[in-house]
Amino acid sequence: MTTLTFDASSDPILVRRERIQSVAAASLGRRKIYSRIAVGVCWAFLVVAIVPLVAVVLYVVIKGLPAWSTDFFTHPTYPEGIPGGGVWNAIVGTAVIGFLATAVTVPLGLFCGLFLAESDGKVGAAVRFTADVMTGVPSITIGIFGYIAIVKNFGYSGLAGAFSIGIVMLPVIIRAGETAIRGVPGSLNEAAMALGARRATIARRVVVPAAMPGIITGTLLAVARGLGETAPLLLTIFGNEYMQWNPAKPMNALPLVIFTNSNQPYPDLVQVAWGAALLLMVIVLVLSVGSRVLAAVLQKERR
Amino acid sequence: MTTTETPASGRAKRGGRFALPNAAYKGILIAMVAIFVALVAWYVISIAVQSKPAFSALGFSWIFQNVWAPSHGKYGLLPFILGTIETTAIALVLAVPIGLGTAIALAHLVPDRIRPPLSTAVELLAAVPSVVYGLWGLIVLAPVFREHVEPFLTSVFGWTGLFNGPNNGVGLLLAGVILFVMVLPTMVAISRDVLAVVPKEQIEGAMALGATRWQVLRKVVIPAARTGILGAFTLAMGRALGETVAVALVIGNSPFIAHSVKSSAATLASLIVNNFGEASGTELAALFGAGLVLLVIGVAVNAVARVLVRGTERAGGASSVAVA
Repeated sequence: MTTLTFDASSDPILVRRERIQSVAAASLGRRKIYSRIAVGVCWAFLVVAIVPLVAVVLYVVIKGLPAWSTDFFTHPTYPEGIPGGGVWNAIVGTAVIGFLATAVTVPLGLFCGLFLAESDGKVGAAVRFTADVMTGVPSITIGIFGYIAIVKNFGYSGLAGAFSIGIVMLPVIIRAGETAIRGVPGSLNEAAMALGARRATIARRVVVPAAMPGIITGTLLAVARGLGETAPLLLTIFGNEYMQWNPAKPMNALPLVIFTNSNQPYPDLVQVAWGAALLLMVIVLVLSVGSRVLAAVLQKERR
Repeated sequence: MTTTETPASGRAKRGGRFALPNAAYKGILIAMVAIFVALVAWYVISIAVQSKPAFSALGFSWIFQNVWAPSHGKYGLLPFILGTIETTAIALVLAVPIGLGTAIALAHLVPDRIRPPLSTAVELLAAVPSVVYGLWGLIVLAPVFREHVEPFLTSVFGWTGLFNGPNNGVGLLLAGVILFVMVLPTMVAISRDVLAVVPKEQIEGAMALGATRWQVLRKVVIPAARTGILGAFTLAMGRALGETVAVALVIGNSPFIAHSVKSSAATLASLIVNNFGEASGTELAALFGAGLVLLVIGVAVNAVARVLVRGTERAGGASSVAVA
């Protein structure tokens, strides 16, 4: 074993290392305390964030569950003073409006997604950016659009509501569709092309089936978002105390019941609002959770 | 070979019968995109056109006048623009530190076992409809604010003059707090994503150099995720600015400029939703004008947010698209 002899004081790099080590060691205690405090603050903020969010969910469950009864699900909304009112008309309205909006926006959004997935040029970028910005515009302005476009000409109706909700959902479906379609391996596309398939055939038989998990997830999330929108409905469907299956007439909807009833001074109407809030929350969460589970299942099946 | 070829070619033929020529397929795609673009254009133009009567009757300055009194022909929007800015500011003052701290904790401090369920819970909460937050704020939080929070804040911060006036429960403060709770899940979900994708090598490198946990976070993780976090905050700001029903339920709806954070006020969105039913003529056009102002602000904020978030989406932010 040879002994290496060097003079630490003469090598500038070693001198520098020595200095850094001593400074780091001297400040370690202080740095550790800072770190403890900062990390503690982050933990505290996590708790601060969780408390109100858990409180919202808990309150809705606790106050909403007592409102759930057979009458609640089978009777339409009754005015104050008449017992036994429910939200059946609002459930029907939300379902009809949600169905109409989904039926139109999914094919339209899917075609737009197919287009965007193949266009990397300026046109594609502009459309993509438009869709992105549209997902965030204030929904009340979409309600105004629904009012101007439909209500002014044809009156308040479930169709006007479906139109507005569709405008809310469309950009979400477009972007989710594009993302799902871009995730399809290019080799699949190329193999189909090599077989001489036309592009429509490739889209219908290869690309869209392969992208299906993502498309379904995106659609369910868009529906969840659309069903919870209140502001556009306030300006378009007007609300209706009675049963109404015809979307060409004014309808009621769950978010509308929550909004109008929560402002009432009557406890039983507020009770209905809590029940409707719980129902709406359950629907939205089932759609969100369902989309994840479904995507995971479809993904696993594929492998 | 032949056995697999027969059904395959049969299928190809079946597909071929329905298949459109490529040009027609492309035409359909372009037509669908054109419908989308036309809808967006119609949306913007129709609101602008319908608010024109207000501009021609009142001139351009009406947007910044401070009296809203339809019975006297005054339609100033300034109280509502201020109300929108103030509620959003309160929400962001709370949401920026708390949201960032929560995102950091979720991405880097929470044990691996409970991280996935917590993250999923946050993303699910982002889907809770805003009207539910409004209901909770009005029925549950407003009495708490009136009895406890506002008297306490007044006694501590009364000297600033921000807390003058009676304790109403409803008002700017409650609206700001509800908006904070509402935008928190979105903001945390996106910031968490961008914080989580900071390369492990950089973090381990910093640790090897002797940095403490907080030094790693502050000097390595947060700078690397800065753009995405900024984008998340901007998106949250856009949601807060445009939120309608949650705010309309808890802000008290008074068309005057607030002199205290406890005062009732109104935002552009709550003004529209509260006056829409009875409005006609110039008032209706003025409400459309309020919508136009909101639309312009909303588009500007979202455009900035999208530019900021876009760079990070490519870096692998998985849930950003779903949540936003």
